[in-house]
Amino acid sequence: MNEFKRDAPSCGLPLSEAGIVLLAHGGGGKSMRQLLKGVVRKHFKSPFLSTQHDSAVLPMGETRIAFTTDTYVVRPIFFPGGDIGKLAIYGTVNDLAMSGARPLYLSVGLILEEGFPMESLDLIVGSMEEAAQQCGVEIVTGDTKVVERGKGDGIFINTSGVGRIEHSFQIGPQAVRHGDAVIVSGDLGRHGISIMAAREGLEFETTLQSDCAPLSPLVQDLLESGIEIHCLRDLTRGGLASALNEIAETACCSIAIEEPQITVTPEVQGVCELLGLDPLYVANEGRMVIFVPQAQASRTIEVLRRHAPGKQASWVGKVTQDPRKQVSIRSRVGIARILDLLSGEQLPRIC
Amino acid sequence: MALKFIDEYRDAKVASLYSARISEMTTRPWRIMEVCGGQTHSIVKYGIDQLLPPEITLVHGPGCPVCVTSVFMIDSAIELAAQPEVILCSFGDMLRVPGSHKDLLTVKAEGGDIRTVYSPLDCLKITRANPDRQVVFFAVGFETTAPANAMAAYLAKREGIKNFSMLVSQVLVPPAVETILSSSASKIDGLLAPGHVCAIVGFESYTALSQKYRVPIVVTGFEPVDILQGIALCVRQLENGRYEVENQYTRSVRSEGNPSAQKMIDEVFEVTNKTWRGLGNIDASGLSLSMAYRDLDAERRFNLSVKSTEKPNKETTGCQSGLILQGVIKPPQCPQFGKLCHPDRPLGPTMVSSEGACSAYFRYRGREGAGHE
Amino acid sequence: MCLSVPVKLIAVTTEDALMRTGKVSLGDIHKTISLAFVPDAKPGDYVLVHVGFAISIIDEREAQFVFDYLEFERNS
Repeated sequence: MNEFKRDAPSCGLPLSEAGIVLLAHGGGGKSMRQLLKGVVRKHFKSPFLSTQHDSAVLPMGETRIAFTTDTYVVRPIFFPGGDIGKLAIYGTVNDLAMSGARPLYLSVGLILEEGFPMESLDLIVGSMEEAAQQCGVEIVTGDTKVVERGKGDGIFINTSGVGRIEHSFQIGPQAVRHGDAVIVSGDLGRHGISIMAAREGLEFETTLQSDCAPLSPLVQDLLESGIEIHCLRDLTRGGLASALNEIAETACCSIAIEEPQITVTPEVQGVCELLGLDPLYVANEGRMVIFVPQAQASRTIEVLRRHAPGKQASWVGKVTQDPRKQVSIRSRVGIARILDLLSGEQLPRIC
Repeated sequence: MALKFIDEYRDAKVASLYSARISEMTTRPWRIMEVCGGQTHSIVKYGIDQLLPPEITLVHGPGCPVCVTSVFMIDSAIELAAQPEVILCSFGDMLRVPGSHKDLLTVKAEGGDIRTVYSPLDCLKITRANPDRQVVFFAVGFETTAPANAMAAYLAKREGIKNFSMLVSQVLVPPAVETILSSSASKIDGLLAPGHVCAIVGFESYTALSQKYRVPIVVTGFEPVDILQGIALCVRQLENGRYEVENQYTRSVRSEGNPSAQKMIDEVFEVTNKTWRGLGNIDASGLSLSMAYRDLDAERRFNLSVKSTEKPNKETTGCQSGLILQGVIKPPQCPQFGKLCHPDRPLGPTMVSSEGACSAYFRYRGREGAGHE
Repeated sequence: MCLSVPVKLIAVTTEDALMRTGKVSLGDIHKTISLAFVPDAKPGDYVLVHVGFAISIIDEREAQFVFDYLEFERNS
């Protein structure tokens, strides 16, 4: 197995020219959007897909539920601060939390490659149950498949989840308003950088761990504290920059953020400087962006900071009336520039 | 925790002091070129041009070795990577640059064994771990990267490694600078020389250029405050009618450069003519493996079918990267910018490379390429 | 071009002249890099690193030039 295949960055060629699936199509950037628009949404026509949010909010009699699915392919499968199993539980729980739902039940689908060590499988499944208990969710159904050696890269995990909406808000990009405060629940980039550190080839030593964490307790606390949440988005592949671009596009608004307000640990900054990466595009797994009315910004931050993953929550910007409908960032030297979606994933560079 | 020697050179207050100083000093229009792609990136990312008085125009030079790597070289790398016994090692920057028909990432998606490396020494690790494969290192760079690339060749030869070779696309800055200064189309008044290139080779070679073309040349770093100070020193000379070589980046650059690094370059490489994508052939502007290292040359080891038919400025119809690399026009002035040409569909190298001027403008300034506020 | 980063040399890890390597730190991460081109670098120095090689020792006194220049200009 080619040791670099998993982390390889991806090409920016347009969908039609490539003719084949590229790694970029899974990268969370422009290529992925092209794939979704050009192929997936060409066929899947449900209006629920148009909200383009982390989970679908569905009417169920007198109440509403949130439903989501995600598939986990992270390499290495064991990394500082977590493993693929833990990620598979927290990730889906977080997607449900982004609609303000209380996560209740999960399904687990395992695709295992012939030859995958049983001991690793045992550790991963044990980790999933531990994470589920921590989140207060039950794993209630599942499926297991085994594929031939060479056809499966060890293990892939799909989790789907159901949660109950217990509030009356419509949380999602459609609720974003001019003047809304944009708040980030913590520092950026730890997950992506700790994954890189664990991969061979880049070889730097760090005590940094993934920020992999459940966000549902933070969201529940915000709701119980009476915060009028407009939108939530967990920051995964593509980082904060991608999440903001997706929301700006769906909500048809402009977002302006301030670079000095963004928190990045020295370790993450160090690696980014060394490899020429921008932390705004690096993956996270236990961080979210929150849109609330400006008047509630301080209270929101106060509530977030009551929780370990939210200790470094900060206001980073606001939704503006700029007619250009784009995301911009004012650098620390005081000039604003556009913060666009990348075509594929970031490449370590020499230039 | 501040990162030492980084954060203090991004300080807003110091930047604004320099901005004010430059405004006070400037009495006439000046066109200043920064040579290095990393400086271009910094200027566009931090909006340094918007901190300058309107009389000062910054133009962007050819200092992006990724952008100027010839189509022939990329096609050669593509042909090599497609061969089943070859592992092609490359810096990340090169993977998205289009050749005649495709880029290395597409080759990777089609099954080519292409590996991103951070350091040339990583290639040797891969070579030792794969004795049954041929490992080819796509050795691209300016003088800054040349010693490191040379070291890979030196160690391979010393250890008698047989399954390693290099596809060399090394270019030298001063001849390209002279080509631009001598071109009437460019009209450059002052130059910011690339700081890290000078850390290796020093800056004595710029003295003759400065005198011949009567142009102040300031060796400049890469952080916003460095670039602003470089511009301030350049403007001070211009306003006083002086044209000398000056060093802004004194913390990292000595006039004689780095002798150990130069010794390694001289051991492994020799000067050669080179074709620059977008600029054409420039005499004595590149490096190739010297006689003692020639058997490590991938172009000799493999029977490549790619022929060097590249004519100067031959590029996809409409691409004006040649004019951009010479500083004749800026990206927003190219008719294709943001319309037919953008990062998802680049017509030429300056839109693909992260250090290319077009890519920097599009990414940070949008389709119009205007200053953003 | 030439992305190079100032890092602190913490320790020399191999003393062989050509293969001389050192452990450097940048913001609490550590990495081993080649010191082949900076034979005079010693622990405590800051060096500029490009593609895994130190290419220059940073002169800490000169690093002040950028800030002193402003003072000089203000007074002149």
